Amino acid sequence: MSARETVMGKIRAAMGVKGPDEARQATVATRLRETPAGVIPARAQLPTAGQLELFCAMAVQFGATVTRVSDYHEVPAEVSAYLRTRNLPSEIRMGADARLVKADWSSEKTLEVRHGASDGGDLAGVSHAMAGIAETGTLALLSGPANPTTINFLPEHHIVVLDARDIRGDMESVWAKLRTDLGKGAMPRNINLITGPSRSGDIEQTIILGAHGPRALHIVVVE
Amino acid sequence: MELAAKHFKASAAKALVDVQLQKALGNVEKGFIGKRQKAAAALPEFDALRDNARDIKNHVLAHLDLYLEEYERKVTASGGIVHWAETAEDARRIVLEICQKAGARTVTKGKSMITEEIALNDHLSANGIEPVETDLGEYIIQLRGEHPSHIIAPAVHLNKEQVEGDFRRVHTHLPEGRDLSDPVSLLGEAREVLRQRYFAADVGITGANFLIAETGTSVIVTNEGNGDLTQTLGKIHVVVASIEKIVPTLEDTSQILRVLARSATGQDMSVYTTFSTGPKRADDPDGPDQYHVVLLDNGRSAMLGTEYQDMLRCIRCGACMNHCPVYHAVGGHAYGSVYPGPMGAVLTPSLNGIEETGQLPNASTFCGRCEAVCPMRIPLPKMMRHWREREFERNLTPLTGRYGLKFWAFFAKRPKLYRLAVSFGVPLLSVFGGSSKRFRSLPFAGGWTRHRDLPAPEGRTFLQAWAQREALKQEPAQ
Ligand code: SF4
Repeated sequence: MSARETVMGKIRAAMGVKGPDEARQATVATRLRETPAGVIPARAQLPTAGQLELFCAMAVQFGATVTRVSDYHEVPAEVSAYLRTRNLPSEIRMGADARLVKADWSSEKTLEVRHGASDGGDLAGVSHAMAGIAETGTLALLSGPANPTTINFLPEHHIVVLDARDIRGDMESVWAKLRTDLGKGAMPRNINLITGPSRSGDIEQTIILGAHGPRALHIVVVE
Repeated sequence: MELAAKHFKASAAKALVDVQLQKALGNVEKGFIGKRQKAAAALPEFDALRDNARDIKNHVLAHLDLYLEEYERKVTASGGIVHWAETAEDARRIVLEICQKAGARTVTKGKSMITEEIALNDHLSANGIEPVETDLGEYIIQLRGEHPSHIIAPAVHLNKEQVEGDFRRVHTHLPEGRDLSDPVSLLGEAREVLRQRYFAADVGITGANFLIAETGTSVIVTNEGNGDLTQTLGKIHVVVASIEKIVPTLEDTSQILRVLARSATGQDMSVYTTFSTGPKRADDPDGPDQYHVVLLDNGRSAMLGTEYQDMLRCIRCGACMNHCPVYHAVGGHAYGSVYPGPMGAVLTPSLNGIEETGQLPNASTFCGRCEAVCPMRIPLPKMMRHWREREFERNLTPLTGRYGLKFWAFFAKRPKLYRLAVSFGVPLLSVFGGSSKRFRSLPFAGGWTRHRDLPAPEGRTFLQAWAQREALKQEPAQ
């Protein structure tokens, strides 16, 4: 008997399941099909403008910095300004996200834009989020050529661009958006939910930013 | 790890007089309790979410076979491979085979209690493969050859001077005069050292907080980002997870996430909640080429349908140990088991047998704080009592306890005699207790009075006090 059969046999025996049980199967199929939402906190059940404000406030509360711009054309200048004020070299790593690529980077004459996955040598990386979650100021990022996962974790500074229209109140609404965007049940290799910069409290319970991931998380919201 | 739960009493006695440990344990009490309290109070729906989290897991446990089948189907459909492991030994063998097939020399590891449970590191080392822990706390205790003393804060028993000593001892390639006097410089050094290890590793091993049946996804919840580097930079990602980690849908995951971080560290969300489904896709520029999930039973299926089934709802948040007076007093190592604290006192006998671990369910004052804070509403004290009963039935209780109980039972079964005996005994003890109403030592009760006083009875028995109370109740209101 395979290990699978042994374990399954033990589970079914412990639960007193004998043979196929249509009622149980139907219960499971229904739950997977209907994906009930459960208890949704009232905190983020706001009109769109309120969700944007809440998202920004929560993100700052959990250690990110946020700037708001009115158009994608302003993103390159904002990225340059971020690097300059922190005395960082004028270079970034970025994926092939269409919304990022479309922004006019040639306006930043001295900025070097490297494409593709990070090799660990980048001080700053730029990504585009798939959504923002107002309830906790959380970003949702999808892996792929548009936004390689390594950019989320290897650079010391992670700059994430977010379209204000992609902000949702809660995580459950982001799953609804994901199913609309990709189709039900379809997932990329990674979905990263990111709330603030990397941290550790492992030494004497003292919280320190920049454990293994970025020391700083900067969010640029395009309204 | 080798079980030393039999020696709980001796280890606890040692821990109580360890000055450094006692100071470190103060951090647990100070740090975790207040943070959880604040986070829970800030979310009006917290208790409703706890109820729903409990219901979700109960639903899963009632349909576990079906959800496991669906999960496996989805993992396979996304290009991953599911391996079933009945025992810890099976899981070790499977992981080793994956590593050997890949010609791996080093593997990085995200923080995972399940790989502690199966003692994976020793097995890999014994077979010439170097495991590198990458979570800061895990890294520190690996350097020390220790085991985690807490399920979410593995190095909580140490202070920064000890960590500095370890880094100087091991990182000999770095200049001797460097400053390592504060947690910031210590973390900086660990970050530098471990960066190189991620790139050099052939395989990255993580645990999972959840396995999602709807999508065939494994989820890890971390603050440091080490788990993500581990599972992204290695050519192969191996997930080791036990069968009860299953949740039906993405929505169900979100419900439990809301109570997990708040109960664990008092955060609304941990920094990184990462959903992984299959290996990297054809056009992905990064990510692993292979994705394996080792599904471990190791005693869990035997808990289904028993009085210990509720324990399978546990999400390993650590709140029960953060709020446990016994844990505060002796720390995690004294338990001598992989899982310490109240959840360990219930789970360890289920996984390893009560014969080996009989003292653990006694490591409790039955104050009930663990159950009061458990986000999954697991009745921990009740289950510890079940274990005590089993232990007694099997004659595993120490002799003094057995004789004491027999003596008491003799009287308890004869109510008249019992009442007569206590109606003499109680006033007598009350008089001997003196004006302080406390005993500093008592014959036959040295184990109690060595560490604390025994309050003297107030002069009446419980039954007498009860009778008087009932009589008062029947009097008309004034
Ligand atoms: S028993 Fe409850 S409180 Fe303890 S670790 Fe498990 S879920 Fe958390």
